[in-house]
Amino acid sequence: MTSLAQIESELDRFAPQAESAAAAQRLVVLAEEVLQHWIVARGGSPTSETREGFRLLALHRQGAGGVPSFNACRESCREIAYHYNLIAAEPDSPLAPQRQRMMALLTKHLLLFVSGKMQVEGLGEFCCASRPLRIESQ
Amino acid sequence: MSDTPVKDKQGQYRRVAYYPGCALEGTGHAYNSSTKAVGKALGLELDEVKNWNCCGAMEVKNIDPKVQTYLSSRVMSIAANEMRADVVMAPCNGCYHNLKKAEHDLAHDQTSRDVVDRISRKAGHATYQPGQVETIHALDWIKHGLGEDGLKKRIRSSLKGLKVANYYGCMYTRPRHIFPEKDRGPGSESTSQPHFMDDLLEAAGAQNVEFPLKTACCGGAHTLSDSDTSTKLVLNILRAAEAAGADVIATECPTCHAGLEMHQVRAEKVLGEKTTVKMLYFTQLLGVALGLSPRKVGVHENVSDGLDLLRSKGLT
Repeated sequence: MTSLAQIESELDRFAPQAESAAAAQRLVVLAEEVLQHWIVARGGSPTSETREGFRLLALHRQGAGGVPSFNACRESCREIAYHYNLIAAEPDSPLAPQRQRMMALLTKHLLLFVSGKMQVEGLGEFCCASRPLRIESQ
Repeated sequence: MSDTPVKDKQGQYRRVAYYPGCALEGTGHAYNSSTKAVGKALGLELDEVKNWNCCGAMEVKNIDPKVQTYLSSRVMSIAANEMRADVVMAPCNGCYHNLKKAEHDLAHDQTSRDVVDRISRKAGHATYQPGQVETIHALDWIKHGLGEDGLKKRIRSSLKGLKVANYYGCMYTRPRHIFPEKDRGPGSESTSQPHFMDDLLEAAGAQNVEFPLKTACCGGAHTLSDSDTSTKLVLNILRAAEAAGADVIATECPTCHAGLEMHQVRAEKVLGEKTTVKMLYFTQLLGVALGLSPRKVGVHENVSDGLDLLRSKGLT
């Protein structure tokens, strides 16, 4: 699984591509990986099922189990799926670059939200300076 | 109450009990003054709730949710039992959310009813009974109290040419179950794609841009504990608004608004990331469209200087 830092770096470097469908597919995969980090960190096994045709939406639903506040990223996931559909339906549209840009920003938002949630829950290793504190508290 | 036809709400919302909440006396002062000024210009009346208290916000809720339920219920009790009001309008998303949550808890949870009754008796006021008042947001107030057609008739300075990203934040629609009046089909607000602010600003002449982060988290809850994450979340919202072509982000919550403004400054200072999109409360934009001066609606109080933008669009 790609690390959250690597995903963030890839999103920061993202630029709209001529092969818009492939770019959209990659962004959905990155968004799925973000949610997988959350699920794995909480001791779960990421589902391979889909919801409304998207594994992303199934992963969000799985990740929100028992954590109602996780629904604050529900619309970000749905917007990613929506923009993916727009690109898939019209890959050569002049709007495709803008839609890719929005997908990347949405995926970045999902990543920041999930990273923040993981920090709050004390999941994962985000900062070596905080490690002694965490070990001490265990 | 949620079944009331929209046309009947015009009468109900013409005069409402007004619960500004703590933020509108502090960082959100301009939201308070612009809400009052817009109400006056539209012929919608506000009676401020007498001796109101904090809604319980996040702090009390995290320590004891039942005390938060009581605090919110006291505001509704004063409105219902002392002011004989049917409707309480709260322009702050946090207050609006907490009053709706208290209403839901009191309607569905006996323990909440018992706790609220016990504290209310001790405090010496009537216990709030669920259903006594309807809590609405400032967006409901104008959307249903006047409507787009009524608003259009009063526009003196169209917002034509102004590109707006409407940002609703996360508490206006979540969790869905405490907003039974939403998602009820045409005329009602949507929890997944809110549009009331879009509708009102479009009626005022603005051009709404497609903004997919309109309900995204701004990190407001951990602004103090984890400022960097909040700054990055806000920066992403600002970048998305700019990428969508917006001149301005319209807000309808003092916490979201302050967060966007402060983290825009912090993003530039700490991360070296500059964004130029402006932030204005939707009531400030409506006020300007109604012919009120920017000063009257508190534009000069914003950290994000929207005055130049308004000037450049011929709106001052």
